[in-house]
Amino acid sequence: MKIVYNGEMDTRLCKEVLGATIPEILESDSDVVYLDADLMSCIGTLKYGAQHRDRAIDCGIAEANMAGVAAGLAMAGFKPIIHSFGIFASRRCFDQVFLSGGYAKNDITVLGSDPGVTAAMNGGTHMPFEDVALYRVIPGSTVLEPSDPTCLMSLLKQAVDRPGIKYLRVGRKSMARIYADGSELPIGKAPVLRDGTDVVIFAAGIMVHEALQAAASLEKQGISAAVVDCYTIKPIDRETVITMAKKTGAVVVAENANRHGGLYSAVLEVLAENCPVPAANVSVEDEFGEVGTQSYLQQRFGLTAAHIEEKAKSVIVRK
Amino acid sequence: MENEETNMDQTEVKALKAFAIRIRLATLDAIHSIGSGHLGGALSIADVMAVLYGREMNIRVEDPAWPDRDKLVCSKGHAGPGVYGTLAVKGYFPYEELKTLNKNGTRLPSHCDRNKTPGIDVTTGSLGQGTSQACGLALGDRLKGRKNRVFLIVGDGEMDEGQCWEAFAFAAAHKLSNLVVLIDWNKKQLDGLCNDILPMGDFVKKMEAFGFDAVQVKGDDVEAIAVALERTRQGGDKPYAIVLDTVKGAGVEEVANTLMNHSMPVNDEKYEKWTTELKAELAALEG
Ligand SMILES: Cc1ncc(C[n+]2csc(CCOP(=O)(O)OP(=O)(O)O)c2C)c(N)n1
Repeated sequence: MKIVYNGEMDTRLCKEVLGATIPEILESDSDVVYLDADLMSCIGTLKYGAQHRDRAIDCGIAEANMAGVAAGLAMAGFKPIIHSFGIFASRRCFDQVFLSGGYAKNDITVLGSDPGVTAAMNGGTHMPFEDVALYRVIPGSTVLEPSDPTCLMSLLKQAVDRPGIKYLRVGRKSMARIYADGSELPIGKAPVLRDGTDVVIFAAGIMVHEALQAAASLEKQGISAAVVDCYTIKPIDRETVITMAKKTGAVVVAENANRHGGLYSAVLEVLAENCPVPAANVSVEDEFGEVGTQSYLQQRFGLTAAHIEEKAKSVIVRK
Repeated sequence: MENEETNMDQTEVKALKAFAIRIRLATLDAIHSIGSGHLGGALSIADVMAVLYGREMNIRVEDPAWPDRDKLVCSKGHAGPGVYGTLAVKGYFPYEELKTLNKNGTRLPSHCDRNKTPGIDVTTGSLGQGTSQACGLALGDRLKGRKNRVFLIVGDGEMDEGQCWEAFAFAAAHKLSNLVVLIDWNKKQLDGLCNDILPMGDFVKKMEAFGFDAVQVKGDDVEAIAVALERTRQGGDKPYAIVLDTVKGAGVEEVANTLMNHSMPVNDEKYEKWTTELKAELAALEG
């Protein structure tokens, strides 16, 4: 793993990465099947799907059925990947994933696209702020939120072979480039992207880029902020959380999700039991989503580098 | 002048056709203002929307919350721009507001939202969910002793959702004859042709098997739609279904002829071309 962040966007769109990686996985492992719910064209798999209908299956607009079918395929010896927008991949088929999947020990990899404010133009009905919370409470689940296209590719390939329910919260648009091409990002780890001594920012997904920008700005003001990429939201990297919290004595968590049940909760659980230090969150404050551009929505819900900076300063004062 | 078979006044038929064109123009005005959107499925409901809001529905534009009004549930909530176009032409809000579609802070989000837009009765966007809400509304209105009806527009792709069929079984069980289900059978969903993805067979037979009074009409024939809707006024003990044989993108030739027309860009050039065509049609119609 090599960090190459310089604030620039990756040239690849995440949907292009998905559109290439899913067929690659299908080609390399004949036990993998991929199911979609009428959204293949949204992640660039439509063409491949049309040519490989046996193992790339468009189930139609029926997410609950898709999750149940995936459970059946798992019983028959397959490793299913299912995809829909994050709202439908979580809320719309949650009971089927939970029971037919998790409880019955039928392993399923779930891709939920357009996390949080990245759902932008599709609006409030399509804006998942709660998917992480839902997936975290499935016993034995893995919850992942890649921070860049390379991370996405690496996590998806590992997730397919992992037991249990695996939820990947994936964007479709461009993201900042954090890691060098071909980097391996092991599930369970939370890499320290930038070291620091005054405060640590634990971030996931699009908020990693915001956190790195906040840290750069804080540095100019004489504040040393560490940034940790929490692409593994569950199981959270306890060791890194504890080490960095102890080292800095102040914590900010930045997530593109509701403050309840997501990364903030996951980090607080670790802190409360091991090293209670002042903590603050940059999250959606218990609101529903709405329509708008992503940048407007980041402002609207307080999910920008400036908000992180402000929270970092306020939490340091509480040390 | 009246058509013998339907007894419909031809002046009214002409007015409904003109209304449908105005809805299409308004839909283009809205989507063009933001550059792209769910064009195909918004255009395919323009004719039925014209008949509903131009003739069949008992509504008060000046009092959108009137409890006894007929209600519309556009369960394929992504057709919002088509519904907003209709409401704007009717005067529920200023026509110019169409240009705020999807803009930051707008009252017109991509998917229908009852808490945001004057005239929108039900919040939809997660396909299938409008069907059950429509049943609850129809049942509730009946329990309250209201004489109104509930019109439910469902996409043919949306019919993939199991929830639709749960709702239909409920509607028949509770004899919701104040519910009219309008199936927009435009043969396409997001990833392409319904028959390539999940063929649903004969909707009329399916709805009949579920206990509905079901008919099929040509979806661009406002007169046929009007006649079919008029039939549903008689009450009885069955809910009604009208299968609208439509074309995704109907009314704008180039859109209708595009295979993948679920979401499409409407740039300045296309906007000019398509609205010019529609305006010419309107002029020819109204003379
Ligand atoms: C539960 C759910 N799953 C997926 C989607 C994403 N989606 C929006 S529109 C659409 C296709 C709808 O097809 P259809 O009902 O036939 O509508 P139309 O073709 O008339 O636009 C899909 C899959 C959604 N809105 N809701």
